[in-house]
Amino acid sequence: MAARRRLPFWADYLLLPFLNLSLAFLVSGLVVLLLGENPIAAVKLLLYGAFGFGEAVGYTLFYATNFIFTGLAVALAFHAGLFNIGGEGQAALGGLGVALAALWFGHLHPLLAIPLAVVGAALLGGIWGFIPGWLQARRGSHTVITTIMLNFVAASIMTYLLVNVIIKPGQSAPETVTFAENVWLPQLHGLLQPLGIAIGRSPLNLAFPIALLCALLVWIYVWKLRLGYELRVVGRSEPAALYAGISPATHIVLVMTIAGALAGMMALNEVLGAQHRLVLGFTGGYGFVGIAVALMGRNHPLGVVLAALLFGALYQGGAELAFDMPRINRDMIVVIQGLVILFAGALEHMFRPTLEALFVRTRPVPV
Amino acid sequence: MGAEAAAAGVDETPAVELRGICKSFGPVQANREVDLAVAAGTIHGIVGENGAGKSTLMNILYGFYQPDAGRILVDGRPRRIRSPLDAIRAGIGMVHQHFMLVEPFTVLENLLLGAEGGFTLEAGIARARREIEAIERDYGLEVDLDAVVRDLPVGVQQRVEILKALFRGAHILVLDEPTGVLTPQEADHLFRILENLREQGRTVVLITHKLREIMAVTDHVSVMRGGRMVAHRRTSETSTEELAELMVGRKVLLRVEKGPARPGEPVLEVAGLEVRDDFDVPRVRDVSFTVRAGEILGIAGVAGNGQSELLEALAGIRRPSRGRILLRGRPVEDAARARARRLGHVPEDRLRMGLVRSFTAWENAILGYQRLAGYLRGGFLRRRRMIAGCVDWMERYDVRPRDPFLHAADFSGGNQQKLVLARELEHDPDLLLVGQPTRGVDIGAIEFIHRRLVAMRDAGKAILLVSVELEEVMSLADRILVMFDGRIMGEMAAEEAEERRLGLLMAGVTAEAG
Ligand SMILES: Nc1ncnc2c1ncn2[C@@H]1O[C@H](COP(=O)(O)OP(=O)(O)OP(=O)(O)O)[C@@H](O)[C@H]1O
Ligand SMILES: [Mg+2]
Repeated sequence: MAARRRLPFWADYLLLPFLNLSLAFLVSGLVVLLLGENPIAAVKLLLYGAFGFGEAVGYTLFYATNFIFTGLAVALAFHAGLFNIGGEGQAALGGLGVALAALWFGHLHPLLAIPLAVVGAALLGGIWGFIPGWLQARRGSHTVITTIMLNFVAASIMTYLLVNVIIKPGQSAPETVTFAENVWLPQLHGLLQPLGIAIGRSPLNLAFPIALLCALLVWIYVWKLRLGYELRVVGRSEPAALYAGISPATHIVLVMTIAGALAGMMALNEVLGAQHRLVLGFTGGYGFVGIAVALMGRNHPLGVVLAALLFGALYQGGAELAFDMPRINRDMIVVIQGLVILFAGALEHMFRPTLEALFVRTRPVPV
Repeated sequence: MGAEAAAAGVDETPAVELRGICKSFGPVQANREVDLAVAAGTIHGIVGENGAGKSTLMNILYGFYQPDAGRILVDGRPRRIRSPLDAIRAGIGMVHQHFMLVEPFTVLENLLLGAEGGFTLEAGIARARREIEAIERDYGLEVDLDAVVRDLPVGVQQRVEILKALFRGAHILVLDEPTGVLTPQEADHLFRILENLREQGRTVVLITHKLREIMAVTDHVSVMRGGRMVAHRRTSETSTEELAELMVGRKVLLRVEKGPARPGEPVLEVAGLEVRDDFDVPRVRDVSFTVRAGEILGIAGVAGNGQSELLEALAGIRRPSRGRILLRGRPVEDAARARARRLGHVPEDRLRMGLVRSFTAWENAILGYQRLAGYLRGGFLRRRRMIAGCVDWMERYDVRPRDPFLHAADFSGGNQQKLVLARELEHDPDLLLVGQPTRGVDIGAIEFIHRRLVAMRDAGKAILLVSVELEEVMSLADRILVMFDGRIMGEMAAEEAEERRLGLLMAGVTAEAG
């Protein structure tokens, strides 16, 4: 089979997503038009709502933080040739880890309590990634199936625990007591104020830089470490891995555990950084959207961060838009997000052949 | 060029004519102003070094690539071929080196793919079956239409590919290195089929590195070098020596020069080995032998008689079900540890095992050696050192293009093989396992590889060579084992090996019976 012509890096990572995105917005614009609203005005409102003022930026980055964690969880597993659909369950378990650590160690000094909560998130999320990894490596059970199933198991566990065990006494809403303040992740507006930097009040917290750090670490892992090299060999060709003395099983288990830990750390942002208590259903579908984030970000950590920013902006700007344009309600925003996922994720190859043909033709031919 | 084409005797309208074909991949000019005329009803050979642009040219003819410039004429009429579908419509069929068959389907189902004809299958199937059986009879293409493709040997799968092309109405058939994976018997069968095709007025274009085959079946031969068409000859008016010189641009030594071996300590000892395949069928049965330092032990045999499983077991990839493998006196545990103990392994199937297609050349240049201390600094890859090493090897093994950032899949077949060889030879193993070292490699490179192997032997390394090329085994090995149906049928010193006796052993006929 003839090998496919590859696009230059910038076209692959910037131009193509941009085209996909434009199309998504174009179709969204048509929908807005059908609803009888002005699409230009809607875009303006959306952008203003996402980036127009300090608070808005804070919220955008806050949402983006969730997407970075869950997007990385999908992207990393992908390099081992695994499809991790279990971000939602892994994040939920991460929340449990955070909550348990916070409830047990919340009275300790923040410098002790917070790291323990981080470990709790990574540990329980990691276990929820380890299980499908182990099942795949030892028993050949496909991760797509097992991670989906484990999402349900996680949801059931969380419901049981939050309704029956760790619920705040004397209350009917399925949530824990508020954690001790020691273990709260500091919010950035508070941290930056003494430095004379004023950003609006928002739940944006220390989890955001942690997420960026994780993206950097994932990049180093996949492209700079021997482990990552071996991981990529496993993902591309199992016969080649066996030939090279690389154990696919070991890497599959390892990478799924780390992916689970990454998804679990999403709880740092939501639970430890914003809500300060464990609420049932705090994962809110971020785990699933992480799949789209990874797809759109080409499974590259930098791409994931950029895609996460986009989705964060859509969440935040969308909320503002729904507030200002009565005919566009929350559900409409979900439709627009869906279109972005459709065009930028699922249909991401739509423009590729055309673009590739274009590039082949215009490529300068040295003589 | 035109004058030369005329000199080669192409007078009537050619079945295929390529004019001024140019094709670049980035900085690599794979085809430069290539002209080619293939006379109807002939077998036309194309030869050339690895990376000369043969596959590219044929992929253009078949619509896989679009040329940057140039025209294609089929039966004298200009044609725009934008896709394989256009090519099929123009009556061009192609048999790729990697077959494109649906393995769980039967032969008939594969042939019908894309030509089902009719809403329900039944009517179409009955009609197609008759048509196909007629084609089979006409060309001596014996294939059981109801066999499942997965169960067929490569040679037969290839016949299915040819049948498919003919069934779709191809009167021009292109075969790109069809004999690389075939046993000599299968290759002979293939050539009989090609001669039948010619007799019935069809046209065949044949790419091969085996000049013997060119001399045996073709009517004309064209030589490519560095993307250009450099010569056309009538086969009857040329010789292997001339072709070799035209291809490489210098005289090529077609024989291996080597002195007597000086075997030393045993390096690899195998005793009572049994290896089973993925379906738990024993493929290697009760095999015992020793390879000593400073000798080349050759294993001859028709492909599929357990050599692949044997190599995999020796390399630690496949766990033997019985018996012992000792590498310098200690058992081989697994592939990683075997490599750490200086075992090198050139796998038979470079594309599946030896390379990661979507990795760059430099990433592939450390595959299997990624744990070597020299490549690491605290768990980090020393990327710059790896790239430098890769460039150096590309230079010495003449891998073209010399671009360490090119993906393995974008190198020509022979250059991929050179990349694997460079990696395994240059890590300086004590024991080298080589499967089909020169498959798909041009004659200039074969000469080089053979010399390197002999030099390694003389430096006191132990080499186990598995090859289906009898000639290669006979000229390289110091001792020869013949494998048939998983067993060692006999052993002989290279000096006393004669082709007839080896051939009988390879067919499973032992000395007493023969
Ligand atoms: N898709 C591609 N992208 C980049 N370079 C390519 C691609 N395909 C081929 N090339 C380059 O074009 C040149 C010609 O390759 P081609 O496969 O036509 O050689 P070949 O004559 O068939 O060689 P071989 O005998 O080794 O099969 C090589 O240098 C190869 O690296
Ligand atoms: Mg080729």
